[in-house]
Amino acid sequence: MDPEIKREIIMENYLHPFNKEVPENKEEYDYINSNNESCIDNLDIYMKVDNNIIKDIKFDGEACAISTSTTSIMIKLFLNKTIDEALTILDNYENMINEKEYDSNILGEALVYDEIYKQQNRKHCALLPWNGIRKLLEKYKNI
Amino acid sequence: MNREDFPMLKNDIIYFDNGATTLKPKCVVDKIVEYYTEYTSNAHRGDYKTSIKVDMEYEGARNIVQDFINAKSREEVIFTSGTTESLNMIANGFFAPLLEAGDEVLITKSEHASNVLPWFRLQNEIGIKVNYIPLDDNHYVTLENVKKVITPNTKVISLAYITNVIGDKRPIKEICELAHQNNIFVVCDAAQAAPHISVDVQDLDVDFLAFSGHKMLGPTGIGVLYGKKELLNSLVPTNFGGGMNESFDDPNSIYLKELPTRLEAGTPNIAGAIGLGEAIKYLESIGMNKIQEYEKSLRSYLINKLIDIKHIDIIDIESDSGVVAFNVEDIFSQDVAVYLDKYNICVRAGNHCAKILKDEVGVKNTCRISLYIYNTKEEIDRLIELLSDKEKIRNEMI
Repeated sequence: MDPEIKREIIMENYLHPFNKEVPENKEEYDYINSNNESCIDNLDIYMKVDNNIIKDIKFDGEACAISTSTTSIMIKLFLNKTIDEALTILDNYENMINEKEYDSNILGEALVYDEIYKQQNRKHCALLPWNGIRKLLEKYKNI
Repeated sequence: MNREDFPMLKNDIIYFDNGATTLKPKCVVDKIVEYYTEYTSNAHRGDYKTSIKVDMEYEGARNIVQDFINAKSREEVIFTSGTTESLNMIANGFFAPLLEAGDEVLITKSEHASNVLPWFRLQNEIGIKVNYIPLDDNHYVTLENVKKVITPNTKVISLAYITNVIGDKRPIKEICELAHQNNIFVVCDAAQAAPHISVDVQDLDVDFLAFSGHKMLGPTGIGVLYGKKELLNSLVPTNFGGGMNESFDDPNSIYLKELPTRLEAGTPNIAGAIGLGEAIKYLESIGMNKIQEYEKSLRSYLINKLIDIKHIDIIDIESDSGVVAFNVEDIFSQDVAVYLDKYNICVRAGNHCAKILKDEVGVKNTCRISLYIYNTKEEIDRLIELLSDKEKIRNEMI
């Protein structure tokens, strides 16, 4: 992907993040706080699942451009996916960040982070919301 | 000043994170290497030449520290791993056995975690109460505000001499005087002070004081616990073991050595202590007053330039230390730090371990510049040039 397009997608999702709000009916959502021990990002993530389908995800908190934008992109990718589909996307995204083999066809806009490994300190930011949501998804996996 | 003494500066970096740790002059590195290559031995042990040399150097470092803070005796200088360990030893070894449920410890919301959490722990474990001295509009501590919150139950006031985000210097001497009139102990976290200003424990009349070597040109893993001798004598050691005992046969007959070794169980950080001694000698060769003056002039140069940049919010304009915390409007502090790193400028972004400060200043995270002797006006000019263009920051931060 052209670096300028990558930049635009990241900035768009940072400046106008998708679903960055606390849900009104919080009790209907699973919740997790994801913070990065090596830096200062701090995200609250809310996920609503109905009949094994991810119906809604919202988030709030203070985070850098990379963490915020990847949360926004992640949410768009996950909406209306099954738990298994979301976990597959997540596994491939993690592989991409960690320089392993991955399926680029299912990562959509998240491909903008395919070279983030070049900035070691930003890898944590790029993984932050994904690490959090994995814990929420795996709860359903075990039901 | 003295830039040629610092090998790290040859790497073409602008280092503005001195509140976190400082660069090391070559003489300190050489002194440590000398221990590892010329006279490696343990301390307080052998009767052979290199071991005797180690004792001279290690105990010599203690004398250097004693002079540096003007302690009454060398027994009042305990080597620790750093400020954190020193403060924990004070809280757990001296105050935990002494304090009772209902006793109060006064701190502020701008303290570093290491001067908060040991007290929180005592609150949870023995039921003391941690209270806060209110800060004034500039987030400073005033004697008046200390007076307001002292109660008959107040037993300890524990404060940073200079804080690590606001950078204000507290009136420790006056606070000690007031505290002692009320039979209150004073603990001073001097981690951000000892590297930058002259510290005189007798003049301050402080009961305990802690600082770290690595923030003052010394190596990591070495620090100092100062305490008045009569108080240190009743500080219960955290560590029991070799070097600190005189004799033992069974649990009922343990005899400990005198200060300072009683509180330094196990093989000490010999290289660290010797390196710290050398760092202090280096600082003293410049002169602490000259260092303070130089940092003040750098700070006012920086502030005068920063203040003209519309999109920059400075947390505290007036304090006279080398710490300047700021934010760029609408840009997360970490993104600013990553942007500056692209130009080899090192600044810290985050909450700087002062996690309850947000209640006071209303800002959770900031970028922090902390200056030291090797920083220059030219470096500040470069920083200002890079910060003055907000669009450039936004374009280059990712």
